[in-house]
Amino acid sequence: MHRIVQKRQLSDEVFLLRVEAPLIAAARRPGQFVIVQADSEFGERIPLTIADADPAAGTITLIFQVVGHTTHRLAALPEGGAIENVLGPLGRPTHIEKVGTVVCVGGGIGVAPLHPIAQGMKLAGNRVVIVIGARNAKLVILEDEMRAIADELIVCTDDGSRGRKALVTAPLKELCERSPKPDLAVAIGPPIMMKFCAETTRPYGVPTVVSLNTIMVDGTGMCGGCRVTVGGQTRFVCVDGPEFDGHQVDFDNLMQRLRTYKPREDELHERCHLELGIARLEGRRP
Amino acid sequence: MTHATPETLEAEARAQLDALLARAEPLKAKDRLKIPPQPMPSQPAAVRRGNIEEVALGFGPAQARLEALRCWQCKNAPCIEGCPVRIDIPGFVRAIAENRLEEAIAILKRNTILPAICGRVCPQETQCQEKCTVGKALKDVNAAVAIGRLERYAADWEREQGCAAPPAVKPETGKKVAVIGSGPASITVAADVRREGHAVTMFEAFHKPGGVLLYGIPEFRLPKRIVELEIATLRAMGVEIRTNFVVGRTRTLRQLLDEDGYDAVFIGAGAGLPKFMNIPGENLVGVFSANEYLTRANLMRAYDKARAHTPIYPSRKVAVLGGGNVAMDAARMALRIGAEEVHLVYRRTEVEMPARVEEVAHAKEEGVEFHLLQNAKRILGDEYGRVKAIECVRYELGEPDESGRRRPVEVKGSEFVMDVDTVIVAIGNEPNPLIRQTTEGLQTSRWGTILADEATGQTSLERVYAGGDIVLGAATVILAMGEGRRAAAAINAMLATR
Ligand SMILES: Cc1cc2nc3c(=O)[nH]c(=O)nc-3n(C[C@H](O)[C@H](O)[C@H](O)COP(=O)(O)OP(=O)(O)OC[C@H]3O[C@@H](n4cnc5c(N)ncnc54)[C@H](O)[C@@H]3O)c2cc1C
Ligand SMILES: Cc1cc2nc3c(=O)[nH]c(=O)nc-3n(C[C@H](O)[C@H](O)[C@H](O)COP(=O)(O)OP(=O)(O)OC[C@H]3O[C@@H](n4cnc5c(N)ncnc54)[C@H](O)[C@@H]3O)c2cc1C
Ligand code: SF4
Ligand code: SF4
Ligand code: FES
Repeated sequence: MHRIVQKRQLSDEVFLLRVEAPLIAAARRPGQFVIVQADSEFGERIPLTIADADPAAGTITLIFQVVGHTTHRLAALPEGGAIENVLGPLGRPTHIEKVGTVVCVGGGIGVAPLHPIAQGMKLAGNRVVIVIGARNAKLVILEDEMRAIADELIVCTDDGSRGRKALVTAPLKELCERSPKPDLAVAIGPPIMMKFCAETTRPYGVPTVVSLNTIMVDGTGMCGGCRVTVGGQTRFVCVDGPEFDGHQVDFDNLMQRLRTYKPREDELHERCHLELGIARLEGRRP
Repeated sequence: MTHATPETLEAEARAQLDALLARAEPLKAKDRLKIPPQPMPSQPAAVRRGNIEEVALGFGPAQARLEALRCWQCKNAPCIEGCPVRIDIPGFVRAIAENRLEEAIAILKRNTILPAICGRVCPQETQCQEKCTVGKALKDVNAAVAIGRLERYAADWEREQGCAAPPAVKPETGKKVAVIGSGPASITVAADVRREGHAVTMFEAFHKPGGVLLYGIPEFRLPKRIVELEIATLRAMGVEIRTNFVVGRTRTLRQLLDEDGYDAVFIGAGAGLPKFMNIPGENLVGVFSANEYLTRANLMRAYDKARAHTPIYPSRKVAVLGGGNVAMDAARMALRIGAEEVHLVYRRTEVEMPARVEEVAHAKEEGVEFHLLQNAKRILGDEYGRVKAIECVRYELGEPDESGRRRPVEVKGSEFVMDVDTVIVAIGNEPNPLIRQTTEGLQTSRWGTILADEATGQTSLERVYAGGDIVLGAATVILAMGEGRRAAAAINAMLATR
């Protein structure tokens, strides 16, 4: 049992939970994630990035967007309540070193996993430029936290309700055209966004790291459900990733695989809306 | 494998048993040979295809005694040689024949702690029963004394009596042992080490303990309540079980030894890394490893569609690639999830299939279609990246290879296409590299298995032992248990001098 010591709603669809998990808090490094399961009997196991950790308090912070059944259930848990199962830290930590200028691009909920990486990059002595993108102003998260890290912060929304009216690829392209060009780009967000970020940086030869959000079951390399094609090779996101060279990832295959259980997920999603008596959400990801 | 009801089989057996027991003169070998091998009562194929309940229902009391009377009580007992843990087979079989079940179970427990499980899942036809004199006399290994079914009978009897008291634990020694994984190897080590009074903590990555017994082998072959009972026994003995703990990530093996005060570590992490075929199309939507498919179905209970939140792919036509137990389990599970057709594609012939004979027979009865001497060459997808067909090629048997099995060779130009919407790859598992990668100095083979002394399970690191599939590669429950036994003895001996 992992007690929820703090709960906050960051935007319409995004929640933050600070959860007791002392061993994970002590062991985790930026880029790693946990597998969470609301109940052992019938619950689903889902991966969530460790957005932050406090080893002294023995807590980890999870930030998630409500997209389907399990994220709904998590969002419905009260402060002081508990999550039955939390496994981690999983995945390879982000490779953090001083390279010069790093552009960190976060789309939607991707800003959450980007936060510890941006923090790590800054601590390593890099100049850090952060681009945050969201559909509209209400969905922008962690702006203040990111501003505190960034040497330069760019916010853009699809509808222009906050910051620039643009997709994140527009400022990314401008940054690539600057001289000197960035030494590294890190892009985390919906697969379609990561795909286009990788396409944007490719002509400029800016190395681009992406963090992949495949479907997972065990998170320990046992099922192969999380496999992706990277540079023509099959890799397991949970143990070989979650971060890969964005220029090598087959995003189309990734997006198709993410839709494997679509009909069943929609049915469960509908059911939890009925149960919770809330209106159907618009514009789900990915 | 009969369609007679359990009641009919038991009544027939009762009549024969009574006639035999009424005889004044003792049974001779030839009388025993005349006793018909007892068929296993089972759910009819058409019914069980639609449920998840256990297929084999177990002998009734008269059936068990009658079957036990078939044993010749051979002096040299070749059957014992065939059992990896050397159970006193004539001893326990005789106790069943004479209706002394408590004694039968006591004899079994001298060598195995999991008789209800091994009786169900051991490949008996290549182990104890292969060597059985009665089978030899009747020139049919399937007519050997049904040692496994009798073992199951005794263990089920004990469980149903509720008389299985947890083994006695000696006074606390103050020493601590960490056991990684919770499959049969680890369960055995935990029990045997705890019995000596050492504190034992079992670490399991999943949210429930049991290893493959829980996530891999399906309910219809091994009811989960049997595995849960073994785990409950460990808890009753005072073994601490920590789930959601992955050694190498949550804590490293070195931290357990150097910082957390464990005096010894046993690694029973299994062989959980699925192999793929490396053919085109393997990452299409609708291609699964058997591990993923079975984990969704068993551990996450996706077969219970009304309650489980973990989805499982809705398939109509399934191809399963492979010929072992894992392939049979995946194929039969796919039927139960609702597939209309399941095609099993295997490169060799039925003789070479590593699966238990009983599972192959059950799979056929349930309607799994076998495609032998064929192999998948590539998987074809539609415009949405979903599986729509599989291209296979025919094989023929060539010269024998190192293992003595005739090597299948491709027949050039024999490619053909079969329409399917799901492909389950069940061609084997390898050891998970996580512990190897996170433990300096731990020596492994070029297949990634941990190198351990055969007699003691000792690895290249002091106070670190290993056993089961992580050492043997994907093997069997009874071998894993046997390795656990030996490692536990070595750990206990080492701790006695520390
Ligand atoms: C390494 C990693 C880190 C992630 N970190 C975060 C994070 O910090 N915050 C966040 O909001 N989301 C994160 N995700 C995505 C998150 O796991 C999914 O949004 C979540 O599983 C959806 O579950 P659901 O039951 O609510 O929705 P569902 O209705 O089940 O599914 C909605 C969509 O989520 C995806 N999904 C479904 N099941 C799984 C599964 N078992 N594993 C992964 N994806 C699945 C599918 O694309 C699906 O279409 C991460 C994913 C990965 C792989
Ligand atoms: C589908 C299937 C059917 C089978 N059918 C049969 C059969 O009919 N008869 C038979 O004899 N054998 C059968 N086998 C093989 C048999 O199940 C295995 O040989 C046996 O379970 C191996 O036992 P083990 O104790 O070595 O490990 P496992 O049972 O593999 O258990 C290992 C456990 O360790 C955990 N683990 C791994 N790494 C870590 C880590 N780093 N930290 C914490 N925990 C970890 C895993 O999650 C797992 O639960 C079958 C196997 C499968 C997959
Ligand atoms: S443990 Fe397995 S091999 Fe040994 S007697 Fe029992 S069924 Fe036979
Ligand atoms: S070999 Fe067969 S007949 Fe002989 S003792 Fe063993 S089980 Fe009985
Ligand atoms: S989630 Fe199962 S192998 Fe990655």
